[in-house]
Amino acid sequence: MRKSFLAENPSVLWFLACLGLFTLGVTLLAEATGAGVISTSFVKTLGKVLCLCLVAIAMDVVWGYCGILSLGHFAFFGIGGYAVGMWLMYARTETIVTQNLAERTIPATATEINDAIATQIFGVVGSSEFPLIWAFSHSLFLQLLLVVLVPGLLALIFGWLAFRSRVTGVYLSILTQAMTLALALYLFQNDSGLRGNNGLSGLQNIPGFEAVPQSMISMAFFWASALALALGYVLFARVLSGKMGSVIRAIRDDEARVRFLGYHVESYKLFVFTLTAIIAGIAGALYYPQAGIINPAEIAPIASIYLAVWVAIGGRGRLYGAVIGTAFVSLLSSWFTGGGAPNVNLGFYTIQWTEWWLVLLGFSFVAVTLFFPGGIGMIFDRLKKDAL
Amino acid sequence: MIRILSMVLALLCLPLTAHAQELQSLLQENQKVVAKPSRKTVGPVLDALVASGLPTAPQFLESWQNKDVYSRKEDGLFFYGAKADGGIALTDVDTGDVVSTVDAKAVKQIKPNGGVRKEIASALVQFQLSDPDIARRSSAVNAIARNMTGAMLAPLLGSIENEPDAALKARKEQLANYLNARFGDDSAARVAAIESMSDDLSVEGRAVLSQILESELVSFEGDAEGNIAEKLTVGEDITRNAAYELLVEQQSLTPQISENELRLALEANVEGGKVADIPVAQLADLSKREQAYDSLAAAGAVPTRVTDTMVTEALETYQFSRVYLEDDADVTSAAAEAQREVQTNVAVNQFFDLSLDAISLASIYFLAAVGLAITFGVMGVINMAHGEFIMMGAYTGYVVQQFVPNYTASLIVAIPLAFMVTFAAGVAMERLVIRWLYNRPLETLLATFGISIALQQLAKNIFGTQARPLTSPGWLDGAWIINDVVQISYIRIAIFVLALLFLGLLLFILKKTRLGLEVRAVTQNPRMASSMGINPDKIKMMTFGLGSGIAGIAGVAIGLFAKVTSEMGSDYIVQSFMTVVVGGVGNVWGTLAGAAMIGTFQKGVEWLNPSNTLAAQTYMILFIILFIQFRPKGIIALKGRAAGD
Amino acid sequence: MSTLLELSGVSVSFDGFKAINNLAFQIGEPEMRAIIGPNGAGKTTFMDIITGKTKPDEGRVLWGEKSINLIGKSESMIAREGIGRKFQKPTVFEDQTVRENLAMALKNPRGPFEVLFYRKSAEGAARIEALAEEINLTEQLTRKAGELSHGQKQWLEIGMLLAQDPRLLLVDEPAAGMTPAEREKTTEILVEAAKSRAVVVVEHDMEFVRRLNCKVTVLHEGSVLAEGSIDHVTQDPEVIDVYLGR
Repeated sequence: MRKSFLAENPSVLWFLACLGLFTLGVTLLAEATGAGVISTSFVKTLGKVLCLCLVAIAMDVVWGYCGILSLGHFAFFGIGGYAVGMWLMYARTETIVTQNLAERTIPATATEINDAIATQIFGVVGSSEFPLIWAFSHSLFLQLLLVVLVPGLLALIFGWLAFRSRVTGVYLSILTQAMTLALALYLFQNDSGLRGNNGLSGLQNIPGFEAVPQSMISMAFFWASALALALGYVLFARVLSGKMGSVIRAIRDDEARVRFLGYHVESYKLFVFTLTAIIAGIAGALYYPQAGIINPAEIAPIASIYLAVWVAIGGRGRLYGAVIGTAFVSLLSSWFTGGGAPNVNLGFYTIQWTEWWLVLLGFSFVAVTLFFPGGIGMIFDRLKKDAL
Repeated sequence: MIRILSMVLALLCLPLTAHAQELQSLLQENQKVVAKPSRKTVGPVLDALVASGLPTAPQFLESWQNKDVYSRKEDGLFFYGAKADGGIALTDVDTGDVVSTVDAKAVKQIKPNGGVRKEIASALVQFQLSDPDIARRSSAVNAIARNMTGAMLAPLLGSIENEPDAALKARKEQLANYLNARFGDDSAARVAAIESMSDDLSVEGRAVLSQILESELVSFEGDAEGNIAEKLTVGEDITRNAAYELLVEQQSLTPQISENELRLALEANVEGGKVADIPVAQLADLSKREQAYDSLAAAGAVPTRVTDTMVTEALETYQFSRVYLEDDADVTSAAAEAQREVQTNVAVNQFFDLSLDAISLASIYFLAAVGLAITFGVMGVINMAHGEFIMMGAYTGYVVQQFVPNYTASLIVAIPLAFMVTFAAGVAMERLVIRWLYNRPLETLLATFGISIALQQLAKNIFGTQARPLTSPGWLDGAWIINDVVQISYIRIAIFVLALLFLGLLLFILKKTRLGLEVRAVTQNPRMASSMGINPDKIKMMTFGLGSGIAGIAGVAIGLFAKVTSEMGSDYIVQSFMTVVVGGVGNVWGTLAGAAMIGTFQKGVEWLNPSNTLAAQTYMILFIILFIQFRPKGIIALKGRAAGD
Repeated sequence: MSTLLELSGVSVSFDGFKAINNLAFQIGEPEMRAIIGPNGAGKTTFMDIITGKTKPDEGRVLWGEKSINLIGKSESMIAREGIGRKFQKPTVFEDQTVRENLAMALKNPRGPFEVLFYRKSAEGAARIEALAEEINLTEQLTRKAGELSHGQKQWLEIGMLLAQDPRLLLVDEPAAGMTPAEREKTTEILVEAAKSRAVVVVEHDMEFVRRLNCKVTVLHEGSVLAEGSIDHVTQDPEVIDVYLGR
């Protein structure tokens, strides 16, 4: 059955082939595993972009296919990051603390170790005790479970409330934005239990792999991100194929009509919303160990809107469009803001791209919405049509 | 007390002419004390000086305090001294004549220490209370208020009768009442004074009551003694540890050893990898550590450990009470009663104050959201750049202030200018972007968001990232103070008035003018409207401009009390949308209701958890999400076909 | 012929305006029924109430042999009970092919997971072919619905209704904007459908109603004004009053 699914969707195979080639190319050129043309930090950037692509295809499914413009998917992404970050921070601090305490004449008791870890982690917010939400932080398995469960449950509850009361369109967008804002504001508090605006840091150090050089760790995360993107792509392509895809797109186009066909529209929306939230959480869990730090500012509503911008520029309603848009805009953005772009001297004024990039992005986004609603993905559609 | 009172009265009755040499001789009687004053000895001298009623006494006290008094070494006489050419110029303390200038070595400067200077100052206050200069009198009263002592009661009472200034007299009476409540001799008089304070909301009065009610924790071996405020039960009113620490302090029991101290003691006694025959490796366990310590204690190497059982026994032996420092039970119970009444009163007033706060917050939300109520509510166009229009308005105000230095004038210029600037921006945006996207609300949302990003960054590029001030004119400074609890700043009142004005103006425009009629016609049925000769394009453009222009004025108002930054718009955008959605779309009254509800709710949460405005916002948003469950169309919902679902 | 759907004492008002006023209505199975009435008579609201889109202020809507109360049930539940509805404006999913449109409407389990793991079957395909035949769209199966002509969209929508295999069909102005030939075909499809199920047709066009040759209910100001054969109601003086708007 799987075979026929892939055979029916040649674009999925094309995508997997391109992604595979890209991964292979990066591997051959990277510092750790190949020619050394690509620096470790760039491997990290590429790995992060792959994670962003994963959350972008989730966004595309929920918005481009199901018509729900969610401004909350980056919040789910952040939650995934926090969930895995808690374990990383706990385990690493535990290693350090145990080492420090080992220098004492008398071995430390479990309480002493625990207190020392708590002081180490929560000292910045003036606390020395573990908040309740850190109950599972000692266990990688449980925290990974939370990566899936927390975004999933949050999306399920929020979606159930919102869809049940038939909130649609821009109202739903604003409501999701409000949810995101509420979460970000909550995390900004020092007593949120997640270190307030300090966030979680040092996540690039993977406990148990201290001996492995960062270049190799980055490579491993790059591979993992590529694999996750591939699996996510296949998963979504599978969900969107056949009758399920038919119903999901029908809901986007005329929700009331689908209802009169006997489909319980709310369940479908909830399914899509929750599934994409879970994938967003997984993407975040892969992203933040590469970024090294997560703080509440990452979750702020603006991040979710950027996500929508990427998908829109790439061309929504096409999974590969979301990937292309995200890769294109986020790489371009880091090129501009990183000072890579040469300044433009107009004689009376010098345009510094670090300052003007957002102005450019904002206006080009308006232009895309007005003139190229199909985004970059439209070019591929044209090519496909010409080829036929 | 009565003695001091009579002395002061005598002092006031004395003729102002004084005999020569009187002060000097008085001082000479106490020569040693005056020359080398100490806190313990200075009292009687001060009493004598006050009792003498000499008009020269205050000046002497002041100079003494300021270290301006010198004693001549040869005869021990006192003079006022001032540094002059060739030494110290000496002035006679009685006549005020300059006597001579002597070498600095011939005299000795008298330097009273801090404690003595305080005593002198309080003696001085008694003179100052009746000083002819009102500034000195009121500063003396303030000095008493800052540092209330029983000794001040009598002089204060004495100075009330002849106080010419009515306000100061009332203040003196109030202060005397406080002093009487705290330090009076007569229990009944104190109770009466305390009872009169039960409707006093001032911070000072409340402090007096709580000072009377000051208490300490005391442990008793037998029955509790003294003026007991409350008996404490260990485990309920006081924790075990705190109770035991109290015993350690008051009954000299052996303190418990902390886990850290226990570890250090063990570390100090490691011998050959073992502590008291227990291998070190096993000591990663608290009970093993205690066992090792006890063995060490048995061997006499460390003091015996206070075990939990011992603590329990000790706690059972002793009783714990909170005891008033004030011995008089009548006074404390009257004070407790008065405090209860005051607290109730304060709570009522705080509620009132909070309501004012809530109204003021609601006004701000209303101002921020009312522009949206038009563009989003009436036209159904979602404008994510609305917050940036608010920001543009605020920056317009800032720029105007750079050119017009008079704050009132600049405000008068800024408000219409801000309207024009944002009106133009709104019209431009409608023409260039939004009109291509009617009926595609999600695209409108995204496109206007793109504009919002660009505008924010533009503002950053132009004005920099730091906050810019938008100074309010002087007549908006300060606050309307109703009592010690309730007060509201004029600027908030102004914003409230502005919000009301906007409400009236908008209702007028929408209900009574041609434009309003056409707007309603276009939003309800554009095709019909255009067939009746209304140009829907023009109407939409004007409406959008109007909504944006109002955002600009709101920006000036918000800028007056909040910081003007490029990001200020995004602080308001979500709340503004919430206000419109909660209130009910398409209805200015709905926006008012939404703003009122959100403002009240947020202030309510802040009241429950005052330290945390972030939490208040979080809960507010959660509340809104839930609220929309029950009233998806907002507080004031349009029904039926007009709702257009 | 047993009673399939019964409305009694149903009223609903919007902001004081009574759209439906103490309405009583019955239909059996199988039966064809035409509903006529001037604008604002409450025809669309009547359908909204049956399909669960609008909740009446009072009254009962009873369905089937077990007389299940439909009030308070969601649109999708009512649809699954066996009530299909065709809207005035043809609403098909223009972005999808005719086959996909029909496949979505086929009577199959409607839960998300059942749909996710739905496998195409030979019976399903055969049923789609048969339906396409019936609505004259065999040639267009692989075309996007958006590319169809207006009349074809109407048929496709009727075809989707038939694919649901409902016991009651509510059809709102099926002949609007059709060529005479298309009308003929539409009449055929409806008459055929009414042989095995209840069909309610709301129509303005008297000629079309006459051709359906069935019992007619006249709605006016939210309640039933007259009921009977087309000749009977058109001779009713009250009906004439209403239609001529005296």
